[in-house]
Amino acid sequence: MSVETSSAVLERTTELPPGRYGFVDLLRSEWTKLRSVRSTWWTVGVTVLLGIGIGVLVTAETRAHWHSGSNQGFDPTASSLVGLFICQFAIGILGALVVSAEYSTGTIRATFSAAPHRTVVLAAKATVYGFVALVVSEFVAFVSFFLGQFLLSAPATHATLSSPGALRAVVGGGLFICVLGLIAFGFATIIRHTAGAISAFVGVLLVLPLVVQALPNSLSLEVRKFLPDRIGVQMLTTNGNHFNTFTPWVGFAVLCMYAFVLIAIGAALMNRRDA
Amino acid sequence: MIEAKSLTKHYGAKHAVEQLSFTVRSGAVTGFLGPNGSGKSTTMRMIMGLDTPTSGDATIHGQHFHDLRWPLREVGALLEAKAIHPGRSARAHLTMLAHTNRIPRSRVETLIDMVGLTDVASKRAGKFSLGMGQRLGIAAALLGDPETLLFDEPVNGLDPDGIRWVRNLLKGLAREGRTVFVSSHLMSEMALTADEVVIIGKGKLISQISIDELLSQSSESFVRVRSPESPKLKLALEQQGAVVVAEDDGSLSVRGADEVAIGELAASIPVVLHELAPQTASLEEAFMELTEDSIEYHGSQASNTTGASS
Repeated sequence: MSVETSSAVLERTTELPPGRYGFVDLLRSEWTKLRSVRSTWWTVGVTVLLGIGIGVLVTAETRAHWHSGSNQGFDPTASSLVGLFICQFAIGILGALVVSAEYSTGTIRATFSAAPHRTVVLAAKATVYGFVALVVSEFVAFVSFFLGQFLLSAPATHATLSSPGALRAVVGGGLFICVLGLIAFGFATIIRHTAGAISAFVGVLLVLPLVVQALPNSLSLEVRKFLPDRIGVQMLTTNGNHFNTFTPWVGFAVLCMYAFVLIAIGAALMNRRDA
Repeated sequence: MIEAKSLTKHYGAKHAVEQLSFTVRSGAVTGFLGPNGSGKSTTMRMIMGLDTPTSGDATIHGQHFHDLRWPLREVGALLEAKAIHPGRSARAHLTMLAHTNRIPRSRVETLIDMVGLTDVASKRAGKFSLGMGQRLGIAAALLGDPETLLFDEPVNGLDPDGIRWVRNLLKGLAREGRTVFVSSHLMSEMALTADEVVIIGKGKLISQISIDELLSQSSESFVRVRSPESPKLKLALEQQGAVVVAEDDGSLSVRGADEVAIGELAASIPVVLHELAPQTASLEEAFMELTEDSIEYHGSQASNTTGASS
């Protein structure tokens, strides 16, 4: 490899341009960052494969063992979207990595040396990640739905986008996964370590429901509806209306609030802490 | 110009930097010298707004780093080797930095060529050697063509060719009128590049001094004199207030009188001189002398000072 170097120093040619760096510049920077590491492509690939693959497996299996009469209350929409509950972990890992990898590699110091307004940096990062997560999640949701409904051919019942609640469940499913990803992003902003952030995220999705279940029944029923996985079930099903739950969009608003609060705490800590 | 005013940084009970004030002027290379662990990196991070000072203030041309309109175009810094995602290419790393301050892409390519990373710019940086990481860091520092530059131990890990390149680069940048602040724990390295040094130990300022002054102030500087009549000369010199030591090899080591004064005195006696040679202390010696009391980690003393550290 050539290590030939010139000692000539580049002449200073330009004066400082008017204005100052801002949000749009940081969006471009974050987009470049996200695209330029393999982990992004891996996690997106796994999200798509798991999300769609599991939906296909489950619907095909349902169709293969279909006995008319034994499938009362079957929700073909929810059945086709079930893969989303698995791929939520992959998109969450990407959300955590987007922040924690900057800390673990030291890139964060290069970033803040170029753009010291940390809140704006974080906002740009959340916007770029959120956008990518949304596109990927909606893609998975719609493809899963159409493939699933295709596989659920007669005699199994299937849905179309115009079936009651179906469009809402498909769009809502994508939104749900995207906001879950932002929750993982928020944890990473607070915790700053990949493993810690992913543990917190998985804990909220898998462990917290068990803890809540262990509570006395009256309390458990009250608290349960605030859990992300509960909110997710409501958003992804068309025949929800379970006892003591939020309606899909109220649940979604609660979920968005979680993400916002976590990221806001992360932003406050980021501004206070040494990079 | 960089100004530090009473910069202080405490990590709990540890006082990393204590009431540190100095000025780094434009158009010169200013070395930042101190033993490892003396607070150089912490100070640089405070100037760059990465660490918040416990008290005190650091400004660049009178402005806080946080208030700069185009930080990357105004201040460039190499703070640590390989502060880059191992999966990202050098080109992508520089491009993402360029975007933040609206720096054209052509500038990224110019810098890649300039630091000699053309062949590896698209490869994952995780495979880079320490030296290549340093070159990339230097490219990042120069990306915005900034007036003020900070380099933390820039020659670490570089081969001799690379070291020479960095030295010339630093001097060249200063010649163009830029402010160049470069840290090192090696005085010998600073001797070759710096015009001036800020010396710290245990987070406190020991001295801000030009290299020339540092040398002449050192007690290690003396004049070696040989004469067939050395006892006579010794006596005469001591009457003039000089400190004279007769060495085993028959020469005299004279402190407190320079070669001009000694020569004139010898002529006036008169005494024949066989040698009259000013001995300049090496910068390393001068530096050691200054920092002797403030080195944090004396290997030999480590066990004695447990629980009794300041």
